Amino acid sequence: MRLLTFLVVCLWLPVVAAAQDLQSILQTHAEEAASPSRRTVGTMLDDLAASGLPGVATFLERYQDRDVVQRAGDGLFFYATKSGDTYTLSDISTGEEVGTAPSSEITEIRPNGGVRREIAGTLVAFQLSDPDIERRQTAVEAIARSPSADQLAPLRTSIETETDPALLARKRQLAGILAASFADSTADRVAAIESLSGEVSVEVRAALNQILSSSTGVATALPDGNIARTFTPGSDLTEAEAYDQLVEEGLALPAPTRADIRNALAANIDGGRVGGVPVARLDNDETRDQAYGALAADGIVPPRIGAAEQSAALSAHVFYEIYDEDDPAITDAARTALSEVETRVGMGQMVDLSLDGLSLASIYFLAAIGLAITFGVMGVINMAHGEFIMLGAYTGYVVQLFVPNYTLSLFIALPLAFAVAFGAGVAMERLVIRWLYHRPLETLLATFGISIALQQLAKNIFGTQARPLTSPGWLDGAWVVNDVIQISYIRIAIFVLALIFLALILFILKRTRLGLEVRAVTQNPGMAASMGINPDRINMLTFGLGSGIAGIAGVAIGLYAQVTSEMGSAYIVQSFMTVVVGGVGNVWGTLAGASLIGGLQKGIEWFNPSNTLAAQTYMILFIILFIQFRPKGIVALKGRAAGD
Amino acid sequence: MTSSTDTAPSSGPKYPGGSGGQRPPAVRRAPRGEPLRRRSFVARNPSILWFLLALSLFTLGVTVLAEATGTGLLSTSFIKTLGKTLCLCLVAVAMDVVWGYCGILSLGHMAFFGLGGYAIGQWLMYARTEQIVMGNLDGQPIPATPQEISDAIGTQIFGVVGASELPAIWAFAHSLPLQLAMVVLVPGLLALIFGWLAFRSRVTGVYLSILTQAMTLALSLYLFQNDSGLRGNNGLSGLQNIPGYENTPQATLSISFFWASAAALAIGYVALAWAVSGKMGSVIRGIRDNEARVRFLGYHVESYKLFVFTLSAIVAAIAGALYYPQAGIINPAEIAPIASIYLAVWVAIGGRGRLYGAVIGAAFVSLLSSWFTGGGAPDIELGFYTVQWTDWWLVLLGLSFVAVTLFAPKGIGGLFDLINHRVMPDREGDYGPDTGSWRTEEGTEEEPPR
Repeated sequence: MRLLTFLVVCLWLPVVAAAQDLQSILQTHAEEAASPSRRTVGTMLDDLAASGLPGVATFLERYQDRDVVQRAGDGLFFYATKSGDTYTLSDISTGEEVGTAPSSEITEIRPNGGVRREIAGTLVAFQLSDPDIERRQTAVEAIARSPSADQLAPLRTSIETETDPALLARKRQLAGILAASFADSTADRVAAIESLSGEVSVEVRAALNQILSSSTGVATALPDGNIARTFTPGSDLTEAEAYDQLVEEGLALPAPTRADIRNALAANIDGGRVGGVPVARLDNDETRDQAYGALAADGIVPPRIGAAEQSAALSAHVFYEIYDEDDPAITDAARTALSEVETRVGMGQMVDLSLDGLSLASIYFLAAIGLAITFGVMGVINMAHGEFIMLGAYTGYVVQLFVPNYTLSLFIALPLAFAVAFGAGVAMERLVIRWLYHRPLETLLATFGISIALQQLAKNIFGTQARPLTSPGWLDGAWVVNDVIQISYIRIAIFVLALIFLALILFILKRTRLGLEVRAVTQNPGMAASMGINPDRINMLTFGLGSGIAGIAGVAIGLYAQVTSEMGSAYIVQSFMTVVVGGVGNVWGTLAGASLIGGLQKGIEWFNPSNTLAAQTYMILFIILFIQFRPKGIVALKGRAAGD
Repeated sequence: MTSSTDTAPSSGPKYPGGSGGQRPPAVRRAPRGEPLRRRSFVARNPSILWFLLALSLFTLGVTVLAEATGTGLLSTSFIKTLGKTLCLCLVAVAMDVVWGYCGILSLGHMAFFGLGGYAIGQWLMYARTEQIVMGNLDGQPIPATPQEISDAIGTQIFGVVGASELPAIWAFAHSLPLQLAMVVLVPGLLALIFGWLAFRSRVTGVYLSILTQAMTLALSLYLFQNDSGLRGNNGLSGLQNIPGYENTPQATLSISFFWASAAALAIGYVALAWAVSGKMGSVIRGIRDNEARVRFLGYHVESYKLFVFTLSAIVAAIAGALYYPQAGIINPAEIAPIASIYLAVWVAIGGRGRLYGAVIGAAFVSLLSSWFTGGGAPDIELGFYTVQWTDWWLVLLGLSFVAVTLFAPKGIGGLFDLINHRVMPDREGDYGPDTGSWRTEEGTEEEPPR
């Protein structure tokens, strides 16, 4: 008992020192604090919030977490941690440990769910202006997750003191969304809704849709309320649907379906006849209806409700959609805002789609640029081009097996893939293709033979399952512009790679000795040879260059798709399409072809996003038709290099 | 280009041609003014008789060894394989006509083959499902309405792709004659439209090959969709059950289909051989060798190409219609571009520009392929590694294909020239329509291997 007195004295000292402190406020509201209820706790919370004391936020948090206890002897409040049968008590103002108490002297305060929500509401105000920016952010995101009316005022208050510009913008946005749903006056809400029309975020759309939430109904006359629209059976919804709705609301009797009629007839066969009709004649709907009508007339089955009765029932009722929000001014504003938002979203999706198309185009470009050199410039059709892509991808995979650092391995893999594919290309040119320069159709078949051999070889070595080619960490994630427009870094990287190779190829062909010789051999090998150029060597190098680029494309494609032995054949037809559509023998043509095919495929997918197969089908059909009108592709070369 | 010594001047008839790619047998030149004495079609193409003889001997042998009609030495499944092989030979002959004779390397002929299979498969599947559905409905107390029957068939066939309605393309499936007409009409029309579009814009050579490949890719991608109306990637199945012949054992069915395939091959071979002989055959081969020159001579090249392309598409479709009831199942993977490339491989290995070459190539490669991939070939122990042919067969095929292209462009069929002591004249463009690159014109470094 002496110990207790000592404790009381110790605790009382600071209370005396500061007249207005946490404990004293609590003591003023001791009853509400000890057994809080949702209706009464408000005044205490208001007093606490008004006091401006530093410990209030902490207190509220721990109060909410049921950490606060009241000591039976003197009615003082403490923070407590329970260990066994005793509580360790801490002062609520300072947090200092002030002693222990047996559980018999302690009453735990257990605020119920309603109270804790009230506390949280008050707490939000504190958290929103907390000096720690992370806690402010957490509070803002908590509001965004579950918006409610009472958060609006504290949020608006905290905006005035917010210092972080990003968080300030976020708070303003959130305040706008909250105001649209929860502001007091209609004018305020309409103003808030109108200010939302410039946004595209998912939150704004959800908030507007929430305001516009509606339910459908059917009645004999239009009810009072904010009617969104009325439906006319037959045009807005089918008559069958409308009648089903009537049946569901209990406003009409269900019409027996064909199956119902058949079952009813089967159940009422009487001596080989149903309702006077022989069973054998029941193999069409008219006689069945007749028999059922006879049964219905006898009252054995419910009446068959014919089309006339159904449409009479439909015309006696009105089908409508009614807003949950009563004020038409608000729903009108929300509808206008939503349509503006959707226009913006549509434009955003357009941009997003263009970015997607651009990225697909750069992949096709990378896959086809090598082909543009071998097929376009040299006129050699290389069906094994896809396998060179595969070769490059597997090179990347093997490098990753030996070099665990993904960034480093990528930088090793790119030149190595070029080297491997270059070697394979040169070997193929030397061994096979140069014997077939004047027999292009046979080149096609011979290189196809190489293609199936290489594919099977890869399958034998690496197995049939897909191998991963992991991209370095800095390529993970996506560049997010807003909720609609985003593009992954890997696709940006592929786009950049495609640009680099476009520049590189153009540089080699237009600015180097090799390029000059390549163009000379392409245009007139005999003349080139007489000028001292070795056409054999040039052909070999050109073919190696085209193949090597395919190897690099393989690494790039492997980064975002999986590495399998069939990955090359997935691109080969598209690559040829790209070259043919773009115009043979021209790098710019390949670029145009890739853009056309990539953009087109994404564009068709936009109409029917779930069905990429259909998109590819229609794209190929389009290309077949396109070649009708521009047989030489988009960029047609004049003269003999075009393959005439 | 044919050597001008053989051809009559423009006042006389053009030389009557020979079997493809070969130098025509020397025609006795008629004195000016006298009509050229023409020998009969068969006499000008003795290879047809030899082929028919070999085919009938083969058919007879198989019949004697078959289970249903003979000793039963050959299993039913092997008879089916042989019957299917004959169908593949027929489509290879069709391919040879467009490629070896007309110079159009079509990489889409298996699309026509598959379409023919789909057309007959629709009837087979519908008729069989109808029987099953009728059997189920017979037990019902109330007779079914036509609507109920068609709904039940729809549910039975399309339940697997989550649909229950018969799409419009099944409108004729209830009738065998109509669906048989579809076998010819659908691929024929597709070939006609595609060919008309392609030939009128003068797409030739490798461009045409890529275009045909795109066509078959588009078709297979379309059929892969579940809402294509042909059961998506499930394809049509149960085609080996012929409605109306439920009680006939498969052994009898297989030998019947074998005979039908042999007959179709014989008829198709003779018909196509006739098409590529005579004056039209000369024009067609002229188109292969130098399209522009034939056009300058006043022939309407597009019409000839379109005719040959459509005809061979129809023959391919008929081959497909005979093939798939023996195979039992058809799905869009059968139409994938790779199948058509394999067709080209068969023809090239067999020797294109001669119809029997295509037959030999298709039979040889497809039988060898099923022997290797079916595990029939013994593994080779290398000590450190065991070559399993199921894994390495494709590598071997690919490389031997390269070898054939490089060293034996005449293919297996070229061996017959040795027997015949027939020597190919040295002509440019003998192996394809494209004289190809410019190198030959400006002092070639190397001659093509002969």
